[in-house]
Formats: sequence, structure tokens, C-alpha cells
Amino acid sequence: MRVSLFITCLSDCFFPRVGQAVVHLLRRHGCDVDFPLEQVCCGQPAYNSGYHEEARTAAKQLIRAFKNAQYVVSPSGSCAAMIRHYYPTLFAADDEWRDKAQQFADKVYEFSQFMVNILKVSSVDACYEGRATYHHSCHMMRGLGIYQEPLQLLQTIKGLEVAELPYEQDCCGFGGTFAVKMKEISEQMVDEKVEHIRSTQADILVGSDMACLMNIEGRLKRLGYPVKVFHVAELLYEGVQRYESVQSPAV
Amino acid sequence: MSLSNPLPFKERVEQALNDPFLRQSLKNAQARFREGKQKAGQALGNLEEWRTRAEAIRRHTIEHLDYYLDLFATNVEKNGGTVFFAETEQEAVEYLIRLAKAKQAQTVIKSKSMVSEETHVNHRLEEIGVEAIESDLGEYIIQLAKEMPSHIIAPAIHKNRKQIAQLFSAVAGEELPEDTSALTRFARHQLRDKFLNANIGISGCNFAVAETGSIVLVSNEGNARLTTTLPKTHVVMMGMERIVPTWEDLDAVLSLLPRSATGQKITSYVTALTGPRRENDQDGPEEMHVIIVDNGRSNALGTDYQSILHCIRCGACLNVCPVYRHIGGHAYGSVYPGPIGAVLTPVLKGFDQWEELPYASSLCGACTEACPVKIPLHDMLIDLRRDEVGQKRSPWIERLAFRLFGAAMKYPALYRLGLKMAKYLLRPQAGEEGFLNKGPGPLKAWTQARDFPAPAPESFREWWERQGRHGGEPHGR
Ligand code: SF4
Repeated sequence: MRVSLFITCLSDCFFPRVGQAVVHLLRRHGCDVDFPLEQVCCGQPAYNSGYHEEARTAAKQLIRAFKNAQYVVSPSGSCAAMIRHYYPTLFAADDEWRDKAQQFADKVYEFSQFMVNILKVSSVDACYEGRATYHHSCHMMRGLGIYQEPLQLLQTIKGLEVAELPYEQDCCGFGGTFAVKMKEISEQMVDEKVEHIRSTQADILVGSDMACLMNIEGRLKRLGYPVKVFHVAELLYEGVQRYESVQSPAV
Repeated sequence: MSLSNPLPFKERVEQALNDPFLRQSLKNAQARFREGKQKAGQALGNLEEWRTRAEAIRRHTIEHLDYYLDLFATNVEKNGGTVFFAETEQEAVEYLIRLAKAKQAQTVIKSKSMVSEETHVNHRLEEIGVEAIESDLGEYIIQLAKEMPSHIIAPAIHKNRKQIAQLFSAVAGEELPEDTSALTRFARHQLRDKFLNANIGISGCNFAVAETGSIVLVSNEGNARLTTTLPKTHVVMMGMERIVPTWEDLDAVLSLLPRSATGQKITSYVTALTGPRRENDQDGPEEMHVIIVDNGRSNALGTDYQSILHCIRCGACLNVCPVYRHIGGHAYGSVYPGPIGAVLTPVLKGFDQWEELPYASSLCGACTEACPVKIPLHDMLIDLRRDEVGQKRSPWIERLAFRLFGAAMKYPALYRLGLKMAKYLLRPQAGEEGFLNKGPGPLKAWTQARDFPAPAPESFREWWERQGRHGGEPHGR
């Protein structure tokens, strides 16, 4: 199966290890992975801030970059939701681009959604000792309706305990420019999220959106709480490597 | 906080964030309402079907609003009532004032009506020497405190028992115990006389049934019944969107309203009124006046915002909103707080005073998910931002930034250059662990509360071109 990776600007620039983990995991499960170099940001920052012309420019470039793709997989629930939901509406009045946008939208999957629902991965050989909790990001949960999939993947990691996060459905306070424009409110929201994470006594926080995780990790760091933060793919891949080194220890 | 909060939005927010009592009260209330709603939803079983049906009813009604308004008005008049269409706030209040003067009213008793808040009725009546008394406990409390409601369903949700006892003690002239039943008893006692002496009763209207010209009121206190039956004149103030076509339609929305609001199956009182007292009736008012208020609502018709008129004012969107939880209703500065207010107020009143409201949301979508009539609230907030940008209301620096963003999206080479520049600019400022604790521009705001990660030494695309496409190597942390 041929899979094109939409890495997202955030992961490209700040968290390349997430993209690398996705590449390795998809390959392990038989995918032929490619990365169209002409890809840009999905346009969500512009769209959510009301700059729809600029969002359209980004969307067109992304649609062009992926025009030959069969499946498009992204390690961000939020960016995948942007494409699936808002690309078709962005071009609702544009006869030339409307269908292209819809066709592209139909090909886009969030990583865990793709692993579980398309590749039908039921188990990954991985192990990782620790107590984790999972943050359900808003756009992934409400925008794409993905809830079980990442949890299912986490459950395959041996040695990993997953504690339920209280108020798991509540926003972490990121919200793109919201975090800067309404910084005081955003700070209260992320603080509350940090409190809930701490109440689980987890030493690992897992999520499927690096933007939310960047927000929460930034606050955890500022407050000096030693919780390790991982994207699902990253933790899975880390677990796979650990599993393999246990199976065939280096001599 | 007075009725017209003169502070700018930022300061209203700050005021709220620095009020630990307020925040604790809101947190508790939200937890209670949310739990109630969840249970009620589970008990209903097929909640999604109900939502779909309710949405269809609301959509149909609003799409044919003039037809149903006309039908409703005709039926009210057939029942012996009088209907007045008020296009503006002024027209609504002036009608009421003319009526109060004609009746030589000294006291009016009121039962919760958002529209009368919206049109500042109490204040205007006071100006002509008419005493207006709120008869709902919550409304009475905030009237004493000279505040606006801070929640659609529970206007005094931000007050704790201690604060209420203080307010009541001031009226009583003696110290009252901080005990719920004692406080309620006191309020009842205070209000009893007012009910008997009021010349006019003013109520809101949860739903108006077009096919019979009836008014339906939903409440948990008996006061709505007293307000609408004891005084000789009953005035209904309703938004023009409150209509449902038939009693069967009412059933659907009425099933969802209390469940979404407080988690109740049904409220203690559901009052339906069809016209004033008839010849053989035992009680009821001699006259019934229905003021149907537009006050900006028709701005929404035929626009992207039309479905905001579907709202049944249940407050469910407030109960799940994390922003509302932290700042409370008053910070929104308008009669309608929370996500519904952030959309409705600019639609009714324009952006001039309300341009911040569409940004008072992280777009998490919890409101949209909670709304029993499926109003896409967070999408509308984005549309409002789009309109503001279109009117060049956003800061110039932001417009410039997004123009650059647009250029970078058009030319991927420019985009790649941008990512590279970010790396060279930010990496040197990072600490040992690769995080910045202060930064330039928008990062300054970010790093007030959180660290910011430095761009990675090698971007994903650099890795991909170097070796990723050929298989790469396992990564480590
Ligand atoms: S917008 Fe929806 S959830 Fe909010 S008050 Fe109106 S009906 Fe209720």
C-alpha cells in the first residue's frame, strides 16, 4: 500500500522524531511511504484566525502536492480534521477546486485512525514500562470522531499502564492563536489540564496532536513537573525498539 | 459589577480570573450540570435522534419564520390578546412604558425574561418611577446586587451562599443565617406582597406555539405562574425566534431543554397560557400583551448565522465551555454569555463593542457537541473572525504576518526558508533541554506561562532527504 505522509509544519520543524516514528511504523506494517517535498502547512492557523484567503492558498498548494497520493497520513488529528472538514467548505463556491478539495479530504487519515481502521493493526510488538495517561485532543475527538483508536494502539504496549485522565474531554487551552491572544485564560486552562494529569500520577503523557502536547509540555516544564511527553507514534516506536533489543540483545 | 460594565474586555477577564470565589462557584456548578446532563442523555437513550429531530424543527421554523409569526400573532389576537412587533429595543420599551402609564402602574413583577434584560426594561421603568421586582430567586439576587445575569439558566450561579446572605441581610436590616432554606423563605416573604400589589406582570416566553397562539414557560419556581395570573395585565416579552409550529414540535424541544440545561427530565413547572382570562375563568389577567422583539435578530436571517436563531437558551454550551468556566458570564459583558453569547451578541449588535467576543474561544468545539439543536457554534466563531478580518479589524501586525504566511504557502521554497530561519533565530536562545523560556513577538505571550521548544537541529524534511527516503534509521530520544 502506498502512503504519502503529511508531516505538518509543527512536526517538520519542531518534532521530526514524530514523523520518523510514523515512517518506521508504517513501513513495518507493509506500507510504501513517500513524502511529497512540495507540501506546506495545512492552513489551519490562517483559517481559524479568519484569514480564509491565505488558508485557501495553503490548501491549494497542499492539494497540488498530494495530487498523486493514494492515502495521506498525518500525525495530527487537528490538521487532518482541518483538511477533512474545512477544505470542502473553503472551496464551496469554487467550481474548479471544490471537487479536488473533496477528493483530497477523503484520502486524509490521522495516524492512529489509519493504523487501526485501514491497516487493521491489532497489535504491535512493543514494550515500555511506565504509567501513562492519554490526552484526547479536541479536533481529533470532536472533529474526526476518533476516540478508541489511539488507546487501542497504546494498549498493545507491554508494561505500559494507561490511567484515565479526569476531564479528558476538556480543551488544554492551546487553540492556536488563542494561547497568545487570550493568554491569561489559556494559562488557566493548561494549568487545570496539568493538575488533572498530575492527579493520575502518570509519568508519561501521550497524545495525537503535537500542538496540544507542546502547550502542555511547555507548562509542565515551566512548573518543573517531570512528566515525559510523547506522540502515540513515538511511544509505539520507542516501544518497538525496546522490544527488539530485548528479543535480540546486542552482544 | 454594575449593569453596564464599562471595563474593556481584557480587564473584565482579569477581574474574573482574580476572583477565586467566582471561579470555585462556576467550577462546582459546571460539574453539577454536566453530570446531570450526561445522566439525562443516557436515560433518553437515543439522544442523537432527538437532536436531529429538534434541529429539523428549529430549522423549518426559522426558514418559515414570517409565516409562523403571522399565524401565532393571529391566534393570540383570536384569543383576546394584543400583539406588538418591536423592531428595536426602543420600540419594545416604549410600548411597555405607554402601557405602564395607561395602567398607572406603580409596581411590576417580573419572571425571568432574557429579552427584558436585553432591552434594559428594569432600568427604563425605574426612570419613570415604576418599581420592577424580579421574582425568580436568582434574578432577585442579582437585582439586589445590581448585576447582570451570568448564566442563561442560573443567573446568580456566580454567587455563593455567603454572598447571598449578605445581600439579603442588607434588605432585612438584620443578620440572616447562611442557610439555603432560610434565605429562600426570606425571599418568598419579601416577594409575597409585591405579587399581590403589582399592577403588571412581565414574563418571558420559552416557546410560543403558533398553531394555538399559546405561550409556554418553563421554570423551577412557582413564580412564573403568579406573575402571569395575579396582576391584571400580563406582558410577554419574547424574541421573535421563540416560535414552534405545533404542540407536537413543542414536545421535542421541551424534552431537550431541561435535560440539556440542568439534567432534569422536566422542570417543576411548565405553564402554558392561551390568551387572557375568559368570561367563566376563575383567575388570570384581564389583558395579555405580547411584545415580539427583533432587536437585531433579523440580521441573522439569510446569512451564515441564521441557525443561531435555532437556540433554545438551554445553557448547555455554557456548562461545557472551559473558557466560561474560568471567566464566568460577566466577562463577556453582554446579556448572553458563553459560546452562545460570543456568537449571538456580535450578530445582534455588530462588532463595534463586541469585537473580542469571537476570539474568546479556543475553538475546542465542546459547545457545538453539547448543543441540543446542533448549532455549529465554534464554526460560527470562525466565520465571525473571518468577517472581522474582512473589515480589517484585526491588528495590522497580524494581517501582515498572515500575508507573509500566505506568500510562503504559495511558494514552498519560501516556506522552507521560513522554517530554516526559525531554526537559526530560535535555537541559540534555547536552554540545555532545548526549550526557550522567553522569546520575541508572539512567543513573548506564550512564554509568560510556558516554555517553548526550539526547532529541531535537523528538520524532518532534511532527515528525509538525507536518509529517510532510503529507509532511515531508528531514532532515539
Ligand atoms: S446555543 Fe445550543 S447549547 Fe447554547 S444555549 Fe442555545 S441551544 Fe443551548
